[in-house]
Amino acid sequence: MSQVADPMQAVHDATTSNYKWGFSTDIEMELAPRGLSEDTIRLISAHKQEPAWLLHWRLAAYAAWQMMTEPHWARVEHAAIDYQDLHYYAAPKAKPGPRSLDEVDPELLATYEKLGIPLRERAILAGVEPAAGERAPIAVDAVFDSVSVATTFRAALAEAGVIFCPISEAVREHPDLVRKYLGTVVPQGDNFFAALNSAVFTDGSFVYVPPGVRCPMELSTYFRINARNTGQFERTLIIAEAGASVSYLEGCTAPMRDENQLHAAVVELVALDDARIKYSTVQNWYPGDAEGRGGIYNFVTKRGACRGARSKISWTQVETGSAITWKYPSCVLAGDDSVGEFYSVAVTTNRQQADTGTKMIHLGRNTRSTIVSKGISAGRSDNTYRGLVRVGPKAAGARNHTQCDSLLIGNACGAHTVPYIESRNPTAKIEHEATTSKIADDQLFYCRQRGLSEEDAVNLIVNGFCKDVLKELPMEFAVEAQKLLAVSLEGSVG
Amino acid sequence: MSALAHPRGAGPAWLREGAEAFLSRYAGLRARLPGDALRREAGAAAFRAHGLPGVRDEAWHYTSLRAFAETRFAEPLTPVADCGALMARLPAIAAPRLVFVDGRFRDDLSVVPGQVAVRVGGPAYGALARPEGEPLVALNTMLAEDGATIEVAAGAAGGTLLLASLGTGGPAERPAAFHPRHAVRLAAGASLTLIEVAIGNGAYLHNPVLEISLGAGARLEHLRLQDESHAAFHLSTLYADIAEAATYDSFALVLGGRLSRLDVHARLGGPRATAHLNAAQVLGGSQHGDFTTVVRHDAASCASRQTVKNVLTGRAHGVFQGKIEVARDAQKTDGYQMSQALLLSPDAEINCKPQLEIFADDVKCSHGATVGELDAEQIFYLRSRGIGESTARAMLVRAFLAEALDPISDDAGRAALEAAVEDWWRRQAA
Repeated sequence: MSQVADPMQAVHDATTSNYKWGFSTDIEMELAPRGLSEDTIRLISAHKQEPAWLLHWRLAAYAAWQMMTEPHWARVEHAAIDYQDLHYYAAPKAKPGPRSLDEVDPELLATYEKLGIPLRERAILAGVEPAAGERAPIAVDAVFDSVSVATTFRAALAEAGVIFCPISEAVREHPDLVRKYLGTVVPQGDNFFAALNSAVFTDGSFVYVPPGVRCPMELSTYFRINARNTGQFERTLIIAEAGASVSYLEGCTAPMRDENQLHAAVVELVALDDARIKYSTVQNWYPGDAEGRGGIYNFVTKRGACRGARSKISWTQVETGSAITWKYPSCVLAGDDSVGEFYSVAVTTNRQQADTGTKMIHLGRNTRSTIVSKGISAGRSDNTYRGLVRVGPKAAGARNHTQCDSLLIGNACGAHTVPYIESRNPTAKIEHEATTSKIADDQLFYCRQRGLSEEDAVNLIVNGFCKDVLKELPMEFAVEAQKLLAVSLEGSVG
Repeated sequence: MSALAHPRGAGPAWLREGAEAFLSRYAGLRARLPGDALRREAGAAAFRAHGLPGVRDEAWHYTSLRAFAETRFAEPLTPVADCGALMARLPAIAAPRLVFVDGRFRDDLSVVPGQVAVRVGGPAYGALARPEGEPLVALNTMLAEDGATIEVAAGAAGGTLLLASLGTGGPAERPAAFHPRHAVRLAAGASLTLIEVAIGNGAYLHNPVLEISLGAGARLEHLRLQDESHAAFHLSTLYADIAEAATYDSFALVLGGRLSRLDVHARLGGPRATAHLNAAQVLGGSQHGDFTTVVRHDAASCASRQTVKNVLTGRAHGVFQGKIEVARDAQKTDGYQMSQALLLSPDAEINCKPQLEIFADDVKCSHGATVGELDAEQIFYLRSRGIGESTARAMLVRAFLAEALDPISDDAGRAALEAAVEDWWRRQAA
């Protein structure tokens, strides 16, 4: 007999623990009326004082969206979304454009505290200068619902020539850059959710790293969905000019909700010659209760274009939250010798559904890509890896290696692997490996024999299972991610 | 849980018109077609509802039926032409044979076996096919004219049986279409080696459906050679239901056809059942070959093994879609799948989708896929031994294919497939 106690009981225990970050902040919100129409879009655009070209761009996206139908190919199930029942714009009703911490609503600061923003960063938000000799700090562009309300380290970044600001601000202050790159990686009509986002996006981050500049600090955004019934439509655009490099961190938690919330973000990355972009995500939005009620619908389009020769884009994600995740961070490897990477840990428990993976589109010569995906399913969840590796006829010498492993905890969950491999060039070499297994009794037994508790043993094994991905995360995130894994799987076995 | 085909009307006009053409043929023929009229009508209803699949159907994503849908087919002519030349191409195996010419059983060309019960003269409809799920099975069910029911009694050794399809090719502007419907049933403990061969001349559509039921402990070795004419359409569907401790051991060699698709649905229905679904596709010119399999583990402690190889030259397009489904109760499942593709020319294309769908936790499932050209180091090694480049390449490709054919345990069958590969090489050289 197995050494493990009834896993179902353990899974049940896990489901009964409350969402640690389930709280709500009472800040006065400014809401657009429910529903989506050209008027809503004009309202958003007017609120953000946008130039005419952007309004037209949004309206074109809206026109495209109206012609499209919601995709249903992903292995997820959910109640129909009523797009006319959402608020498309929500902004904290605070003093306009807070520039210093004094102007930031104390409620908001308290929220960050509950979010567990690392102490040092809270200190940054509180205006405390880092002590001399301390390692490079992190710049935070905090997104509270739809408007970025506090941005730190602007000066240090400005000195290096790096632009890091809310995208609405970039539209006002750097319109040429935004206009040149916006929608060039994810066009308005790319897919249903990207079109919706293009029509109604409210805020997000904009990063521009000039040629030859290595961004002096890690850039970080804390996304949070706060107001009831507001979809969040973030738009992030990161441009690394020739020889530039930047590392961007995105972390998410969201308060407890009854109704499902839609999140349809778009992230666009552009890397020119020799540029490097590293994009790391820890996603821990509210996954819904044990029966799958509530929770975030996370339908995100993330894509990076390696336009320049020898450029590199690396996606790392740790996905533990959301009721439904539908997300395929991709790399279009157009530049010769460019490199795409995708490292992912996706954990699903209870009724969560995740359909996630990546696309690596090899267009240039000698392009290389690596995919490492680790899926962990527990409870009654479904976890799907869906990935595409496509090699075009001109991508001579292209190389891909994919490793995709699934771990099942309990016998009521599902783990699925759906890789698509398409090659039109004989000199390309593509390798794909996938395995599915459970935590072996002998592994557990070995750990228990060394005096570890069942739970510690599972944590150890799961962390080992995910090691290849976690080691790709920046240090701050790696710690947070390990904690998240432990919390997510609390009591899943033994 | 394969998704149902889209309702008709969603696809492009040529797809609808292709389906319409088959439906009007059915309207003209229905009164004369033999066999279970209810079954046939159910097939027609499914075909009417779903039509032909387009590339927007997930299961047909990589295989466009456009060329097929745009061809207008006709009834095979009777009586048929002399089949001497085609008969000479059948593998020289001393075994009983069932020969179908343009989808119709030919007594005069067949040698009916002793140990095996055979019935012909109408479609052998079975209980496994799902016309509502697979449009080409619906088409077959609707228009099937003939087929063989092959049965081996409990505990009996059925020996070797050859099941051959000869396509004689009709007039070029109205190629013949035939939809044979076969069934193979092995009772508990029975065994059989079935060698299925499809060859032909000129243009035609061969759309066979074969339903295989294996009783407890039964064993079927199934070797398939698809060496149709390069102007032919070969769209076949196979269902295998494998009971406790039974073994379905299959190998398919695909060399022919302009547009070819082998659809295999295997279900491991009893504990300790085993399925091997191996295949090799060797394609050139502008051939399109699709090997699509679904292995469903419905019982505990079953094993499935799959090695699929593609060798593609010219502008050939190879497709492999392999899905392993593991049901909740199918604990201790052992599933393995390997797909390897060799691209030998700049215009060849491979699409590969190895898929796992797993609902049980105590399983060992893995798949691997590789795509690439011949290893430059291996070529260099051979050349350094004084072997010319083209010879070296040919040796490596042969070795690649030999690896696929080696595990076939039936000697005569393996020799027949090896001869077919040799013949392919000769044709390449010519």
